This record gives sequence, C-alpha cells and structure tokens, in this order.
Amino acid sequence: MAVEIQVRVNGKTHDSRVEPRLLLVHYLRDVLGLTGTHIGCETSLCGACTVLLDGKAVKSCTVLAVQADGSEVTTIEGLAAQAPGNGAKGGLHPVQEGFWEKHGLQCGYCTPGMILTSVQLLEDNPDPSEAEIRRALAGNLCRCTGYQHIIEAVRYAAKKMSKGKR
Amino acid sequence: MAMRYIGKPLKRKEDPRLIQGLGHYVDDLQLAGMHYTGFVRSPHAHARIRSIDTSKARTAAGVVLVLTGADLQGAIGPVPCAAQLPDMKLALRPVLAHDRVRFVGEPVALVVATERYAARDATDLVEVDYEPLTPVVNPEKALEKGCTVLHEQYSDNIAYRWELEGGDLAKAFKAADKVIRQRLVNQRLIPVAMEPRGVVADYKPGEKQLTVWSSTQIPHLLRTQLAVMLGVPESSVHVITPEVGGGFGSKLNVYPEEALVGYLAMRLGQPVKWIESRRENFLCTIHGRDQIDDVEVAVKRDGTVLGLRCKVIADLGAYYQLLTPLIPTLTGLMICGCYKIPAVRMEITGVFTNKMATDAYRGAGRPEATYIIERMMDLVAAELKKDPAEVRRKNFPQPKDFPYATPTGVTYDSANYQKSLELALRNSNYKRLRQEQAKLRRQGRYIGIGLSTYVEICAMGPSSAMPAGGWESATVRVEPTGKVNILTGSSPHGQGQETSFAQIGADVLGLEPDDINVVHGDTARVPYGIGTFGSRATAVGGTAVYKSLVKLRDKLAQIAGHLMGEAPQKLVFRQKRIISKATKKSIAFGEAVGAAYVAKTLPPGLEPGLDATTFFEPSNFTFPFGVHVCVVEVDADTGDVKLQKYVAVDDCGNVLNPLLVDGQVHGGIVQAVGQALLEEAVYDEHGQLITGELMDYAIPRAADIPWLETSRTVTPSPVNPLGLKGVGEAGTIGATPALLNAVVDALAPFGVRHLDMPVKRERVWQLMRKGRRAK
Repeated sequence: MAVEIQVRVNGKTHDSRVEPRLLLVHYLRDVLGLTGTHIGCETSLCGACTVLLDGKAVKSCTVLAVQADGSEVTTIEGLAAQAPGNGAKGGLHPVQEGFWEKHGLQCGYCTPGMILTSVQLLEDNPDPSEAEIRRALAGNLCRCTGYQHIIEAVRYAAKKMSKGKR
Repeated sequence: MAMRYIGKPLKRKEDPRLIQGLGHYVDDLQLAGMHYTGFVRSPHAHARIRSIDTSKARTAAGVVLVLTGADLQGAIGPVPCAAQLPDMKLALRPVLAHDRVRFVGEPVALVVATERYAARDATDLVEVDYEPLTPVVNPEKALEKGCTVLHEQYSDNIAYRWELEGGDLAKAFKAADKVIRQRLVNQRLIPVAMEPRGVVADYKPGEKQLTVWSSTQIPHLLRTQLAVMLGVPESSVHVITPEVGGGFGSKLNVYPEEALVGYLAMRLGQPVKWIESRRENFLCTIHGRDQIDDVEVAVKRDGTVLGLRCKVIADLGAYYQLLTPLIPTLTGLMICGCYKIPAVRMEITGVFTNKMATDAYRGAGRPEATYIIERMMDLVAAELKKDPAEVRRKNFPQPKDFPYATPTGVTYDSANYQKSLELALRNSNYKRLRQEQAKLRRQGRYIGIGLSTYVEICAMGPSSAMPAGGWESATVRVEPTGKVNILTGSSPHGQGQETSFAQIGADVLGLEPDDINVVHGDTARVPYGIGTFGSRATAVGGTAVYKSLVKLRDKLAQIAGHLMGEAPQKLVFRQKRIISKATKKSIAFGEAVGAAYVAKTLPPGLEPGLDATTFFEPSNFTFPFGVHVCVVEVDADTGDVKLQKYVAVDDCGNVLNPLLVDGQVHGGIVQAVGQALLEEAVYDEHGQLITGELMDYAIPRAADIPWLETSRTVTPSPVNPLGLKGVGEAGTIGATPALLNAVVDALAPFGVRHLDMPVKRERVWQLMRKGRRAK
C-alpha cells in the first residue's frame, strides 16, 4: 500500500509514491539519490542523518517520508544554494566554508549532519559561545575530530555571517 | 628541496566533496539490479544449533535466496587470522555458524531480497532452534578447572601463553626497597566508527571479475584473503575502498560479511549490498582492549624503578579475527614506557570467552601498556610521597642514550623526554595547579592533576616484526600534461593523506599541491599495498611516496639537463620550472615531462615515460612520545567527574601538516576521555551485550570536553628520510592514564590509591563515602 507524497527538497518538488514505513532518510538517499545525508545509527542518537525540515534540524532516520509530505527539506547538497548571496550559482555556505578552513572534519561521515545542526544553531543564536556550541552539538556525534575544530568552524561561520549582515 | 608546503597547515583537498555531500561511501553506491542481504544472528552467547527452518523466509515477498551455515559447508573458507604465536590454539571461525554459536550476534543464516526492507523483514522469519549451552563470560573463570570449554577440540579455554623476559628480574626485586602491586583492568571498548561497515559486490561472469566495495582500511590484504576464502584467483578479485567513515582499527580486518557478499554476487549474478546496522556494529565488529593486568614494580626509596613484572589475562572473545592474538603482545613490547627499567617480565594468557573478538582498536595494545606503566609510576610516587613528575624524570633515559634498547627487545629511535615534560609542566602551569589544588582542598573542593609521559611504537613496521609485510608501496606517475598521480598503498579514511602526500609531491617536484592527485583504495589502480593502521600511513607510506618522487625528479633532471646542456645534479625544481643553480637557465617542468613522453630528445639509454614505484621497507619502528597533563574536578556530593583542563605536548617527529596533526591529537584524546570516563562494553552473565547501542554506550559528546591545549616538540626520527614518526594513536595512548591519574589524585584525600575505568560517579561517590568514614 503506497502513499502519495509531495516533498520539496532543495528547492525542487518531488511527487512520489512511498511505503508508509519508509524513513525520510531512505527516501532522500534511495529514492531521490541524495546520498549526502548519512545513516550512523537509525535511532536518533548520532545525528549523521540531520537535515532541515521546514527550516528545523531533524534526524531524518526517525522521520517517516510520509510525515514530510507537504514540507520543505534542505539536505547538505542544497545548503550552499541557500546561503545569502549564493543563489543557484553554487559556492559554499559559510558553515561549509568554516569546516573546510578549520579542518572541522576527518572521515566526513558525521559532517553533513554537523553542518546542518550548526546552520540551525546560528539561525537561533548568531553569536554562540564555545559552551553554547558544544551544547547545541550534543546530538551529533563525531569520533574523529574531538570536536575542537568543529567549534572553530562554527565560530568562523558565525563571524562571517555577522559580517555579511552588517 | 625547498619546503614550501611540507610543514604548512594546508586546508584539505578531500574536504570540498565531503562538505557538500558529494563523497561516496559504500552505502551511497547504487547498481542496477541491486539485491540486499540481511543476516540472522544468534541471540545466544553459547548454544548448539539444533535446526533452522527457512521455509517462511524463502516464500516471503521479494526474497530470492536464504542460506544457512549448513548450506555453505566447504563453499567459503574460514575467517583469516594473520597472527602466529608459538603454541597458539587455532579457533577458526566459519563465515556462518553451522553447529554451534559462540557469541551473541554470530551469523547463522542470511537472506537476500530485492529490496532493503524486504531483506530485513525476512531475517525475522527464519526460525532457529537453539540448545543453549553454559556461556563463558568472565575471562578469569574461563581459566578455572571444570569450566565449560568453547572450542570442544581443546581441553581448556587458554588460547595461548606468551612470555617475555629481559634483564635480571630476581636481582631487581631483591635489591628493591619497596615492591608496589596493583591489579588494573583495561575494560573492553567498542570502536564505533561513525560509518558502520558495509559491502557491495558485483560479479561479471564473462570477464570472471568480482568487484567488492568495502569500508576497509586494508583493500589489498582484503583482496588476497577474499581470493583465498572464495577459492578464486586473486587476479579475478578487485577491491575498491570508497570513502571510509572512520576505522580506528575496526576496519583493519577481514569479516565474514565481506566474503559472503562476494559469494552471493557470484552465485546470483546480481550486485548485492549489505550495510551493517549500528546494533550489528556493536555486536559483530571487533572490540578493543579487555585486559586484566596484575603488576608489581620494584623500586628504590629514591624512586628509581628496578624491575617490573606483569601478568596479563587478555580476553580474546570467541574466535580470532585478523590480529586478535597479537594485540596483547604489543603491550609486552611497550611495557617499560619511557623509563630505563633494567628488568621486566611479561606473562600473557590469551583466553577464549563467549564474546565478540577483540582486535586492534586505536592504539592496539599500547594504550594498555601506557596505562599500566603510567598508573604504576603514579602509585610509586604516592607510595614514596614524591611528586609524579619527579619520579618520571628520575627514570627517563637521557637524550644521548638514543637509540635506546629496552629489555623487551625494541630500540627506541630518538627522543627527548625531559624537554617535553618540562614544556608540558610549563604550559599547564603545573606548580600553580598544585598550589591551587591545596587551596581548594581546604575549601572542600577536590581537583586532581594527572600526568602521563608516554612513548608509543608506530610506523608499523619492519616486515621482520609484522605478521604480513610491514613495507608500503607508492607509485608516482607524472602524466604527459605534467599533472601528477600519486598511487599509494596506504588507505586513508579521514587522516588526510590526499593533502599531505600532495604537499610532499609539490615540494619534491616544485609544483603546486593542486597539480597532484592522490589515488588510494583501489586494487586495480594501485600497486599492492599494506594499508592504513598502526600510525604507519605517513611515516611508511609517505616515505614510499617521497622515494618514488625523488626517482622521478632525478629522471626529469637527467632529461632537463640533456635538453639544457647542464649537469643534472645542478638542477633544482621550483615553481613549475627546472632551474640550473649555476647558470640560472631554466625550462618549464612541462617541457621536460613532454620530452619524456615524446621521447625524441632523451639522453642516450634513458627509458621513456615517467613512472616510478617504491616498496619502502623501514629499518625500525618509530617511537613518538609526549606528555599530557590534565585537571579534573570531582563533585564531593555526587561523585561527578568534570574534565576541566587538558594540556598535551606531543612529539611525532617532523610534521607534514600541523592542522592534520592537531586533528589526530584532538580526536585521540577525546577517544581516551571515552575510555577513562565514559565507555565500557558490558556483557552480562548470560553473555548478552547490554551496552549494545549508542543509547547505552556513551561515546564523548562535544559538551564533555574542555578546550584542548596542544603543542609539540620536534625530534625527527632517523628511521626515514623525512624524519616522520606518526601520530594517529598518540591521543588514545597518552591521554587515558593522564585522566585516571587525575581522578585518583583528586580522590587522594579520601585514601583512594586506584579505581578502574571507566570512572563511574557511583563508584567515586562510594569511595569518597568510605574515605570519609575512615577519617
């Protein structure tokens, strides 16, 4: 029994028929081929699968595709286009840039989720302290970096984004 | 060679694809007609399989094949173990259990379906009738007479005994003023790479080519072993390692699923995918550590250590994986730490229990050694009422003593332990910390200061000391357009060698890092290599790269010299030109490259083409070292331990890219925080892994960690031309004892001299309560 859904992903509308139990992360990866969103635990604990659902960071391994019906999803592949001034011409979002500049990733597996959670953090709090960044990232696990360069990456992005606003 | 890029904090070449979601990990691979497999795994730690009923699974929607261990008898060879120790019992693991299961999670059957979810559903429809047997969980009880035996062909659960003795131990203990004893438990850990394992296989029957994509650290060794397990020529197997989402040793292995997925692709003529769930990752990917160490140290009243004796019980789990038996022996080699201990004796007993195998997890035997010696040095200091730094200083070899041979039979390459200790004490403001501690204690607040001075054995290693080759390969090709491909036998999975090897290439050939592409993890493109583990990729793999680059530079110099009428040895490579030091004449790098391929103006007798391969065999291991200092505060009411300050001084020899080195050090320290304060793989008395999910197994989160203050001393290694030592495991080796020493130091006013890892609030609270009562 398939269900019809309409989801706008990275600015593009998709009409799909999906199994009711299909996870949003599998919909994004296996149906739409957007494999930048990773699966690290299937139980909402690691945060590798974080995407923005109607602008809020969610763990897409515990959202059903049918729950995203009528919603707007941003994945790592579509993030740069959303950055102020970037438009469709590409480039990097300041958070992506921060991760590159500050060596905020090693194996890269947790990175898309880390970046999207950081984007949400900076929307809520444009100038977070170290402690606030650490708290905001508590739902995203990284086994490689020890987090310090990630903190620096987020600070880099915060600085860059506040300059852009002024 | 002008060092324009070596030593500089270059941003990574890997990152643009990874930060945009454009990298490809195994699960990102989609092939037409992909089938999916799922495994039926034993819920029992120890049981006999009476029967398996697959009828319901076979007729389920989407299912194309169901196989049990019995169906596969003789079709696939056992899981390989490369380690050889004298009198080691064999414990061959079948890829699917057929008569007996020996740990929870051991696969007994598999299902292949056309859809991912259908495969998962159908595994629940396989009915297995088990006859439970007594599980053997506690490694000490496993050694008792009359205990149930895991491998019925043997009379006990002892996998092997291994001994190492150096120096005159009897004399040392006779001359001692004091003997200090302690039992230390190094708990079982779960590596938890963020990407679980995964395998895709595709078979082309016409070409007889099996392609296996696997999330592994050792593509070539995997190819060899797959050929053996599947009984096909090695030339018919092609292993590709796409992006790998972390390994930490857990992917330095050959697993049943890799052979099974390859087998299924061949049998079905369809591509097959298996992606490990996190639950499976906890149960069926190797674990680390798991030693019980009974230690005795003989000391003089002035703090001089005369001798050390250590009895190790190593819990190996039910079967050997690739290196299982070998890991505890590394503890033996490094047991002296960075001290001149004239006499040592190590006795290791490897034990079978009904658990997943232990094997190489970041540090692999050396974190255990460092934990033992560094905890003991603190106990010596406490017993003799001396400062821990003073006792350490007293026992260091002097810089002039290097190369320094230990009684365990290894030779430390180069070091200056004094210098790194003094720097760490200065950076941490150690004296002030001690004053602060005394002041706070009077206020009823308990901070602890922990010190660890470590040395590790890295750059694995000379082949004579390795189970299956310790060299590394590199081929460098300068293509006709002047762009360079470096093909490395190392298999980086986050370490950043696409960048650091490009830095070497740029400096040797006078190019830009963007002119250089690093290729790895593909057995059809890269000459045979060993892989990435044991902090070897930079020091061994990077040296192979360097040597191949030098061969090509020398050839290009001959060609350019011939074109320019200059002596080749007078030419330097700079800014994409080849320049004569004497006459300042120069030609473009590309012109010499073009000449090598067009081959009309080559010096007589010189072969055309620009392709050089090196198989670099190191003459010794390297021995990075350092000093870590940390501060914890213990909450006097709750027993909660907060890490407040962390200062690290590491020496990994010369540094190719300081950004990457910092990243390695940070990550290692945080994994050590995991072992010291948070993580423990707990099997209950039935052999059930009760910390089998990230919900129950706490790896460190961002908020658990303070700012890490890192710095370096630089003592080049004489073992390789670039003076590199390696840094991948320094953090997990150096940091764990510093953290524990800090916690014990904080609890000293309560009469605590030791507690085991991970430090649990409840235990700390009990110890403080006991200490208060005793007062």
